[in-house]
Amino acid sequence: FNVDFLQQLRSAIASTYYKGLGIEDGDIFVSDGAKCDISPASGLLELLKVLFGSNVTIAVQDPSYPAYVDSGVIMGQTGQFQKDVEKEQLTWLVQFAKNNGSIIVYDSAYSLYISDDSPQSIFEIPGAKEVALETSSFSKFAGFTGVRLGWTVIPKELLFSDGFPVAKDFNRIVCTCFNGASNIPQAGGMACLLLEGSKVVGFYKEDTKIIVDTFNTLGFKVYGGKNAPYVWVYFPGQSSWDVFAEILEKTHIVTTPGSGFGPGGEGFIRVSSFGHRENVLEACRRFKQLYK
Amino acid sequence: RCCCYLEDKRDATVSSEIANKLLKFNTKNGELRQQAANCKNDKQQSAGHLTKVPRNANMGKLRSGYLFSEISLHEFEHKQKFPHAKLIKLGIGDTTEPIPEIITSAMAEYVHSQSTVKGYKGYGAEQGNLSLRKAISERCYKDLDVKFSEVFISDGAQGDISRLQVLMGSNVTIAVQDPSFPEVYLRQAYVDSSVIIGQAGEFHEETEKYKNIDYMKCQPENQFFPDLSTASKTNIIFFCSPNNPTGTAASRQQLQHLVDFAKENGCIIIYDSAYAAYVTDDSPRSIYEIPGAKEVAIEISSFSKFAGFTGVRLGWTVVPEELLYSNGFPVVHDYNRIVCTCFNGASSISQAGGLACLSSDGYAAIKAVVDYYMDNVKIIAQTFESLGLKVYGGKNAPYIWVHFPGRRSWDVFNEILEKTHIITVPGRGFGVSGEEYIRVSAFAHRECILEAARRLRKASIN
Repeated sequence: FNVDFLQQLRSAIASTYYKGLGIEDGDIFVSDGAKCDISPASGLLELLKVLFGSNVTIAVQDPSYPAYVDSGVIMGQTGQFQKDVEKEQLTWLVQFAKNNGSIIVYDSAYSLYISDDSPQSIFEIPGAKEVALETSSFSKFAGFTGVRLGWTVIPKELLFSDGFPVAKDFNRIVCTCFNGASNIPQAGGMACLLLEGSKVVGFYKEDTKIIVDTFNTLGFKVYGGKNAPYVWVYFPGQSSWDVFAEILEKTHIVTTPGSGFGPGGEGFIRVSSFGHRENVLEACRRFKQLYK
Repeated sequence: RCCCYLEDKRDATVSSEIANKLLKFNTKNGELRQQAANCKNDKQQSAGHLTKVPRNANMGKLRSGYLFSEISLHEFEHKQKFPHAKLIKLGIGDTTEPIPEIITSAMAEYVHSQSTVKGYKGYGAEQGNLSLRKAISERCYKDLDVKFSEVFISDGAQGDISRLQVLMGSNVTIAVQDPSFPEVYLRQAYVDSSVIIGQAGEFHEETEKYKNIDYMKCQPENQFFPDLSTASKTNIIFFCSPNNPTGTAASRQQLQHLVDFAKENGCIIIYDSAYAAYVTDDSPRSIYEIPGAKEVAIEISSFSKFAGFTGVRLGWTVVPEELLYSNGFPVVHDYNRIVCTCFNGASSISQAGGLACLSSDGYAAIKAVVDYYMDNVKIIAQTFESLGLKVYGGKNAPYIWVHFPGRRSWDVFNEILEKTHIITVPGRGFGVSGEEYIRVSAFAHRECILEAARRLRKASIN
């Protein structure tokens, strides 16, 4: 059990991701990852559920991860929507939360895929520290899906209705219900942060562009893909499972039907751009064949 | 005595503030008690925006601090008084010897393969790597008919215990051994996780017990095995053997009694076998050596003490298919669901290490480290015995439980610390039944153990 090493990692996360945002090392809790693309939820989300208990109401985006419905995550930057959320919208959200006394659980797992100046952290929004906590992960940033490493930021200013700091209870839960992330992934995490980002993200972003261009060329309405490694393609009037099945049968490509993410996903297909370049190019050839 | 409990040691700013206050007033006095009481109550001045989200009431029932912090305080004070003393730490149960090369090279090889296209692996199965699950069922449960599908890989017992608590929910009653692991260091899981989930009820200051938890006394008088005839028939029984802190392993007969009791009363045993590798006689290493256990017991285990993986993080839980809820539903199906929903699996790197630990050569290498710690514990046990003290444990676990009849364990702790500069753990930290006992851990370099033995003999502590 190595406290000093953990401390170094927390510092590195704070200075890499939260520079100038008033987030301190002590606000950061290192974990074994924020979320899983394939299955719902994650250890971290479950910890949050335990933290808040069962007597709270939740709001989730629709579409979103089924996980969020299970665990009550309220907001996330996933790029699956019409447009990625912009600063103004987040400002509005923060104000809404402030007026209504809500807590925003903000998932920024894909923040490094952002290409424009959309906020990478909720804490770029003034006032956010009093209403939000943020989770993130090395999974999509560094390819750590099997290695397991992530973190949560809970500002000191985030308080329950009786004034008790949320971070204190979260800390207690983390100490009781968790033993910390493995020190080997933590060493890997340090290396990622010290070496200033990963070429891998750039690589996936290029993949995404190829897919976006393909569907645009074929005349589809395409959302996302600019700030995340997912492309949200619109098939108006069609059942997303039918589209999924047709694509699978005719092109042997596995995608994800939008309805799997909630009623708001019906009529959409999610195409992920995580793939070897040859596979992405081949897939796009096949899409062009199918929809020409 | 002022028992001011400090925050998690990671919250350094709070800890040092309180530590400084206590050091300034290093005496028993009412003012200090009041300050401590204030810390304990965690009263916060709400200076900013209050959300409307109510604090989870169960969190408020947790005791506000950790015994470990108090031990740290003593250590800190001691260092102020004796800055040149070479402190020997036989308190915290953390492994000290390096992981054998054969295991770390396997992990390194795996890590490097992650930089190759062919070797790179993304998400693993939430239940764990198949080869590892098979290796555990074959090597650790040889001839016990535990299938790999009943083995769930995790990042350690603490997470598993919490997942089991989530599985069981808040409407179950639980029993724990006393002494056991109530709140020493940061590693308490049975009681605190139970409080967080909502099973435990209110805490009573006088008895230092939670209302809805049955604390089963384990003392020399009953051979450290609870008198089940007086035990409440709770839904869940947490049982740790070989035991921390007493260092004793339950006998085959005792465990048969426990399994029979659970069967008769419809209980589920959650058996913590973290120290199984330390058994040297023919005490059972797994609850499944006991006929009938598969219908009543879940077993949790860990590579922490077995392989020195306290930082690497790897463990497992066995949930037999035969274990059924009152409505006949198999517990393993729900546990599988929780694992898939609440967890992403242990790090693939740690799992690669685990697999190496279970190879013939790997197993031999880590067994050698276990034997090293057991040789340590023999030395320490003999030392205390030579001082005329009754020593329990030490045969099947890297801990000894030393009896100081008629003495308060904190006083003994302090005497040992002052006279020999050795940190131990006062038995009181493990619960009321721990009074008059000291736990000494054998996790240390051999030289430290030998030096500790020398100092203890010289000081003739008794």
